[in-house]
Amino acid sequence: MKKILMGNHAVSYGALLSRVEVIAAYPITPQTQVVEELSEMCAQGKLKARYINVESEHSAMAACIAAEQAGARTFTATSAHGLTLMHELLHWAAGGRLPIVMANINRSMAPGWSIWTDQNDSLSQRDTGWLQIYCESNQEVLDSIIQAYKIAEQILLPVMVILDAFVLSHTFEPVDIPKQELVDQFLPELDYPYKLDVKNPCSFGSLLPPEYYLELRYKVQKAMEEAHDVIIKVDKEFQQVFGRSYGGLVEEYRTEDAELVLVASSTVASTSRMVVDQLRDEGVKVGMIKMRFFRPFPTKEVTNILKQAKKVAVIDRNISYGQGGIFCEEIRSVLYNIDRQEKPPVFGYIAGLGGRDITPTTIREILSHTLKEDKPKENIIWIGVKH
Amino acid sequence: MDRGQALKTTIPEQDYMTSGHIACSGCAAPIAMRYCLKALGEKTILVVPACCWTIIAGPFPYSSLKVPLLHTAFETTAAAASGVRAAIDIKGDTETTVVGWAGDGGTFDIGIQALSGAVERNEDILYICYDNEAYMNTGIQRSSATPWGAWTTTTPAKHPEDKPKKDIIEILVAHQIPYAATATVAYPHELMAKVKKAKGIKGSRFIHILSPCPPGWRMSDELTIKASRLAVQTGIFPLYEVEKGRKYTITVPRKEGVPVTEYLKLQRRFAHLKPEDYDIIQKNVDRAYDRLLRKTKQSETL
Repeated sequence: MKKILMGNHAVSYGALLSRVEVIAAYPITPQTQVVEELSEMCAQGKLKARYINVESEHSAMAACIAAEQAGARTFTATSAHGLTLMHELLHWAAGGRLPIVMANINRSMAPGWSIWTDQNDSLSQRDTGWLQIYCESNQEVLDSIIQAYKIAEQILLPVMVILDAFVLSHTFEPVDIPKQELVDQFLPELDYPYKLDVKNPCSFGSLLPPEYYLELRYKVQKAMEEAHDVIIKVDKEFQQVFGRSYGGLVEEYRTEDAELVLVASSTVASTSRMVVDQLRDEGVKVGMIKMRFFRPFPTKEVTNILKQAKKVAVIDRNISYGQGGIFCEEIRSVLYNIDRQEKPPVFGYIAGLGGRDITPTTIREILSHTLKEDKPKENIIWIGVKH
Repeated sequence: MDRGQALKTTIPEQDYMTSGHIACSGCAAPIAMRYCLKALGEKTILVVPACCWTIIAGPFPYSSLKVPLLHTAFETTAAAASGVRAAIDIKGDTETTVVGWAGDGGTFDIGIQALSGAVERNEDILYICYDNEAYMNTGIQRSSATPWGAWTTTTPAKHPEDKPKKDIIEILVAHQIPYAATATVAYPHELMAKVKKAKGIKGSRFIHILSPCPPGWRMSDELTIKASRLAVQTGIFPLYEVEKGRKYTITVPRKEGVPVTEYLKLQRRFAHLKPEDYDIIQKNVDRAYDRLLRKTKQSETL
């Protein structure tokens, strides 16, 4: 069944179809419709879940952690200041090996107050141990929520499904809503192996002396490494059941003979795809990769694709102050170890912070600049800064 | 007494705590836990934030408890207890008692937002605060539960605590929760009766237990029970309960003619106080006790 859904409601439908059992959430623009819709679904009895109207995002994540530890499939959604308020507990969720799924609507951090999109909120959570999926369309949002539970519950790590504020969260698109029976077949009921149980009393999160701690963190990293193949497998299974797939960790677009490869994520990937087509028509050998997953980082895919290219241009709608665009820095880092003496120069562009539009013209400007220059003259090439 | 017979106790023998926990000697917190679990029974899930009990419960792979325990972040006790409740409810278990078990720092200070949120939602949880009147696990720093005049490492004797102890019960009562009560380990039957009463009530329940800390209170470790009893007898820590936010009942009245100095002089955290300081404390305690008596008299029926 197809429906015209806003991105936020695509999230809600994803959670509904995944039969989440506990939702703990707090409103924040531009996420609010996600939880409003879920609250309505619970009230109508369409979704048999406990909905906890917590007093903060911090408590939302605390309640999700505890509910998941008690064996329930849990969900929450947030954005920007809500996500960053949760930071401590994001470490807790991953360290506790709890397969929680959360949607985050990418919104810029204050000051000054901004409700518009950029990626600094979610990318600031890079080292917490959460998998991160950046979505491009409302269909991908809904599908990724379902995939996220399947991945999370296999590797026992939490997953964040991310979409751009307004550009996706408030944009209405036709979305195919899969049949519940098919989702049930794809995503069986959660059987969490390590839970609070009065018949088998165990302690969770006890004081951990140095002789154990390192091994637990080693296992988190191993689970992240294992996630790579699980993501690809789950995406293939999804294709078999629902007829849609997203390339696993990255999606390649017209990269086969591309001399210049553009790297983009989220909705910027849609715009980039169109510009790639235009330039191809003009005879420029350009392709694109869409970074669907940021964690685990698709090291193998990125390396294999980019080592064929003569030049790489990365668009970052984010910044790590004192270094540069975050996707760009990670890409430079994984390319460092390739055998070839001549590595492709990686041009790092920062654009669209605070929700400033990244238009086809912006992307054309980025590609023209990359074609014109032999090497990046600066670590960061800023696009559209008014002086 | 017939010496041939084993000592009979009216406290149930069944224990849900083991020996070999690692609390400091004389600590009231494990005594309180032991009595509470005797009253609650095996169908209990504990949620414990950062506090002395993080340590007392034992490091991995050991545990001093025979009930499930979820350790949680400092400020999240009530939110995490809400999460456990929601999960077991949806799975069909409405019988198990979910207990948030936190110190005064985790309750009066850093956890009060989550606590207020949870009890305002009237979550079906029992929240027990064992109050040792400072951040004892980090080494005796003042909290908003530290009483007026007390020395701590962050309120040194030259500038002792100069604010009154936060009235946590009144904060909970203002949320109109079904049950709020105080207790001490010097009156174990009374403490267990309150826990059992709380167990039988649906919705948010709060029990505030005074928990003497010999190292933090600078007193000898055999004085825990004596200090707990004197806190009640002097009226410094009156034992009472408040039902549905409106019915006040004093459960153990204070003893006439026991001055606050008997309690204060046991503890070297008050050693720097001058006679006029004792007078101030006595007056404040008398005033607070009179206020409580008035609330009892004026309190509405349920």
